[in-house]
Amino acid sequence: MPAADLSILVIDENRIRASIIEEGLREAGHTRVTVVHEINEVARVIEREAPDVVVIDLENPNRDRLEHFFTLSRALKKPIAMFVDRSDSAQIEAAVEAGVSAYVVDGLKKERVKPILDMAVSRFNAFARLTRELEQARSELEDRKVIEQAKAILFRTRGLQEADAYALLRKTAMNQGRRIIEIAQSLVTADSLLGPKE
Amino acid sequence: MSLTPLTAGFLPLLDSVLLVVAREKGFAASEGLDLLLMRETSWANIRDRAALGHFDFAQMLAPMPIAATLGLNPLSAPMIAPMTLGLGGNGVTVSADLWARMADAGAPATLEAEPVGAALAKVVRSQERKLRFGVVHQTSPHNYELRYWLSASGIVPDRDVEIVVLPPPYLPDALGAGGIDGYCVGEPWNTVGVKREGGHIATVKAAIWRNSPDKVIGMRAAWAEANSELVAGLIRAVHHAARWCGEPANHAEAAAILSAPQYLDLPVEVISPSLTGRFDVGAGVAVTVPNSFVPYAGAANFPWTSQALWFYSQMVRWGEVEHSADRARAAAATFRPDVYRSALAPLGVPTPVADSKVEGLLAEPTEVAATGGTLVIGPDGFFDGQVFDPAALDAYIAGQRR
Repeated sequence: MPAADLSILVIDENRIRASIIEEGLREAGHTRVTVVHEINEVARVIEREAPDVVVIDLENPNRDRLEHFFTLSRALKKPIAMFVDRSDSAQIEAAVEAGVSAYVVDGLKKERVKPILDMAVSRFNAFARLTRELEQARSELEDRKVIEQAKAILFRTRGLQEADAYALLRKTAMNQGRRIIEIAQSLVTADSLLGPKE
Repeated sequence: MSLTPLTAGFLPLLDSVLLVVAREKGFAASEGLDLLLMRETSWANIRDRAALGHFDFAQMLAPMPIAATLGLNPLSAPMIAPMTLGLGGNGVTVSADLWARMADAGAPATLEAEPVGAALAKVVRSQERKLRFGVVHQTSPHNYELRYWLSASGIVPDRDVEIVVLPPPYLPDALGAGGIDGYCVGEPWNTVGVKREGGHIATVKAAIWRNSPDKVIGMRAAWAEANSELVAGLIRAVHHAARWCGEPANHAEAAAILSAPQYLDLPVEVISPSLTGRFDVGAGVAVTVPNSFVPYAGAANFPWTSQALWFYSQMVRWGEVEHSADRARAAAATFRPDVYRSALAPLGVPTPVADSKVEGLLAEPTEVAATGGTLVIGPDGFFDGQVFDPAALDAYIAGQRR
């Protein structure tokens, strides 16, 4: 049986991450991939699909519930082992670092499952990087808005032009050993408390 | 003096208070330890991270290190439990609807396991739909005690009622949504079920198996072996924390510490009842349970090997492991009273001389032989009067076969 014939179940409440994993598995030639977002469906899906490999994110609070399904399931008679090979500690470490947990039907050859787990790990990492970058971009945008507001307050109250207003914020930040955004935020807060009513 | 960092995993449950207080009240630091507490989302994560060495030790369900030692889990590694995190601390909560039917069938709102169980059995027999109960983990005191209570009340688990696994914080929601009819969980999730979902606490662990352990400190046997000084320091730190938690004068402060976002992240009034033993069991009925959670008194932190064996007997009972003399020996040896005793020796604190006891012999608090004197322990044993004698394990296992 070629590796691609393995039945793989992906459980992830994060839909975007789940679809990234699914896409990776399909690109690698796996056709029997099932994705579940809702834990309540899992018992039924396990019965129906009898997966050889189950991938679930480590932070999913339903891991205990999933493991209980395994012990109840008629479809999975053999015990389920976590990760591919207990002796492969580097791979286990990489999986845990990435936040991936995997269950494999006992007796499945290591070389058949390793690429699946490697792929899941790298996609989980890529997703985490993406989320981090998005978060950063979002907070930078937020910061810029606050600084604009602070400059507008300085224009209104002190008649400072944009460049001078920014210079004043920067100088104050340097003197107080704080970040410009913190100074701007304090100014916006103070203004909302003390400034003219709209 | 620089502190040695020790990383530990915990779940947001009442008995994590011993670890939290060990850190927050400086007991760990006095032993030269910087206790880093990591809140986890599942017992599976606790087990895996402990086995992989991400955690030096963890708050564990009492049967977990036994299951790990016996290789019942994925990623098993031999584990030991040198200390228990108090006695009691869990309960069985049912939905308002089920409670109404149980009350009609004669259940008193007293938390007594026997009459409440009898009423539940009547309800189970009289209705078509199979009731569904939630527990937090298969290898948990909650699962075994719920099953014990049901069985001794004449209800056959799996046949008469369904038992499912859900994470502790999800149980009250599932009860409110009607997905389950009841659950057995550690506090404060029974009180949460009462306050948020109109549930009713039916009975408590303290009534099913008096003064019995719920969670332990679990760690890899090899790590404990290689770091015996750290383990001893940890036991002393948690010992001081347990003693502090046992003082009624400290209950308010303990609840406040535990309510912080990084620990339980719940309001103080939800946490307090389980520390003081004064419960609102539902519909405003107040019941005081003196031994609902015992952090320290009566050798509450002493890991009796007989209690490890009782958990093992339940693993056998429910088909999780096949009984053999070797497995029974390995299960009992997972609890390490010797490690506990030697860690406390420098403090001159009396600890039981025996490693094991017959569960169900002490009807009253009783004085027993202890290092450097005596110690009052108990009462112990099960609500149905069955005695568990670890020396007669084979007979006990044979007797519980259906």
